[in-house]
Amino acid sequence: MMQAVLNDIKMDDIKTSYMEAKCLEFRRELIQLLHGIQTGHPGGSLSVMEILVKLYYDRLRIDPANPQWEDRDRFILGKGHAAPALYMILADLGFFDKEELKTLRQANSRLQGHPCAVKTPGIEASTGPLGLGISFGVGVACSAKQDKKSYKTYVVLGDGEIQEGIVWEAAMAASKFKLDNLVAILDNNGVQLDGTVEEILPMGDISAKWEAFGWHVIEADGHDLDDLDRALSEADWVVGKPVLINAKTVKGKGVSFMEGKNIWHGKPIDKQEFSLAMEELGGFDYEC
Amino acid sequence: MNVKVAIRDAYGMALKELGGRNPDVVVLDADVSNSSKSILFGKEYPERFYNVGVAEANMAGMAAGMSTTGKIPFVNTFAAFMLLRAADPIRSLACYGNLNVKFAGTYAGLSDSYDGATHHTLTDIAFMRAVPRMTVVSVCDPVETKKAVDAIAEYDGPVYLRLSRAAMPTIFDEGYDFTLGKGAVVKEGTDVTVIATGYMVHKALEAAEQLEDVGISVRVVNMHTIKPLDKELVVRCARETKGIVTVEEHSIYGGLGSAVAEVVGSTARVPVEIIGVQDTFTESGDYETLLEKYGLSAEAIRQKVLQMARYA
Repeated sequence: MMQAVLNDIKMDDIKTSYMEAKCLEFRRELIQLLHGIQTGHPGGSLSVMEILVKLYYDRLRIDPANPQWEDRDRFILGKGHAAPALYMILADLGFFDKEELKTLRQANSRLQGHPCAVKTPGIEASTGPLGLGISFGVGVACSAKQDKKSYKTYVVLGDGEIQEGIVWEAAMAASKFKLDNLVAILDNNGVQLDGTVEEILPMGDISAKWEAFGWHVIEADGHDLDDLDRALSEADWVVGKPVLINAKTVKGKGVSFMEGKNIWHGKPIDKQEFSLAMEELGGFDYEC
Repeated sequence: MNVKVAIRDAYGMALKELGGRNPDVVVLDADVSNSSKSILFGKEYPERFYNVGVAEANMAGMAAGMSTTGKIPFVNTFAAFMLLRAADPIRSLACYGNLNVKFAGTYAGLSDSYDGATHHTLTDIAFMRAVPRMTVVSVCDPVETKKAVDAIAEYDGPVYLRLSRAAMPTIFDEGYDFTLGKGAVVKEGTDVTVIATGYMVHKALEAAEQLEDVGISVRVVNMHTIKPLDKELVVRCARETKGIVTVEEHSIYGGLGSAVAEVVGSTARVPVEIIGVQDTFTESGDYETLLEKYGLSAEAIRQKVLQMARYA
């Protein structure tokens, strides 16, 4: 009897529950942090949460005690404005002390408004100006190929970000150099700073565009950890082509009044909004 | 005068030789490798040569990524497009990230003369030297080109290497001591100092010779490293001569002249005259004709020095 119960609890389910709990924890911390400092980008940090957690807690071969380990997998946050979400994960994993999170965006902090590879342990590339991350990632992946190394390079892109020309320059190069060790994950939340992507610069059939540029495209639900697992596993089997995971997400995911709203790209969270958000995230024990 | 050697040929050869000695060197080019001569490296080491097509920004971004894996990328394109197309990855990835990437901008100044204003590069020094962590080097002869390539490969950090399309006579012999950040006095003199960079060093030497004939002693400094500037040497020249004339194939704004004036202004009260291209868009034409038209001739230098020697 006991044996049967244990068989029913799959290791994967435990892992998924753990990661789901982490996502919720980070969403609470994020709202609290950004409310506290009255600056930063909540919308894009909330939409990318499951993608980052899945990568950092289940995929990336990294060593927090040795951030420069030569054979580590590389993670590059193209949409650098989601830095707060990344910082919370890096702190949780021990790249730096959690206490440091409070200093985010403040003078003399190692945690800059956008990722700074020089100041912050665990940050691979200084990003923020959109489009640079994928180009950087293409370079890293070329090096890995040249050196016959097995590490992979993961780049997270925003859907507003892919409006930048350099993204398509990089996409063409990745295709030319057959970078099957490069996985780009599109945090496709449909909303950019000034409005929806449809309003500002409609991107048409994004998957078809990347396919036309020679990429293997996998569509996924960017808030479903199991579906992300499926997509990332498929990516591992692709040969001779770079992979784009077109992950459908919701900007501001988890906080109802932020969901799908462009104003939450980078708006300070006031006291009332903070209380509402924390209530939704089940974080009653947090103080204002 | 001895035989002229095209700087791009000297550069291509230097890159190829460096590649033979140092397996970490990788070379990127944006479809101009036959002009930049990075093709000389590419033919020898195809597995370390990346032609990324006409996509300068991506080329700079890729190089930044490569450098984080221990490679020493040399990035090649026309200086005009290095500056104007790749400025963001150069600043945000390479310099902000303090990465070991070498940006070789060829056809700088007016040297791509017939292609006109869009291909002339007269604002690159101003931008590159204003970006923190960037080192800016501009060479004046084939020997210096080779030594500069070797020196910047040794140095750990982002470098902008400004190269000309022009052929230049050899000034230095193999014994020439090229040190990053240290200007080279190529002719001693006591009345006025001319500080020049790139091809203008030759024009300065020509002017200095003519002035010797009329009894004016001109010191000529080859300021190959514009950043970090050899302040010590600039101050010494300011103290030992009546004034300084700077000469560069660049806008009068923000280049070598500005760098020298910044130092002199805060340390020594002597006049500084900046010779460069005035605030204007330039035109197509024969190279030497253009240099003359825009006031970058030996004669223009001679006039300025004469004025300074008389009235300073």
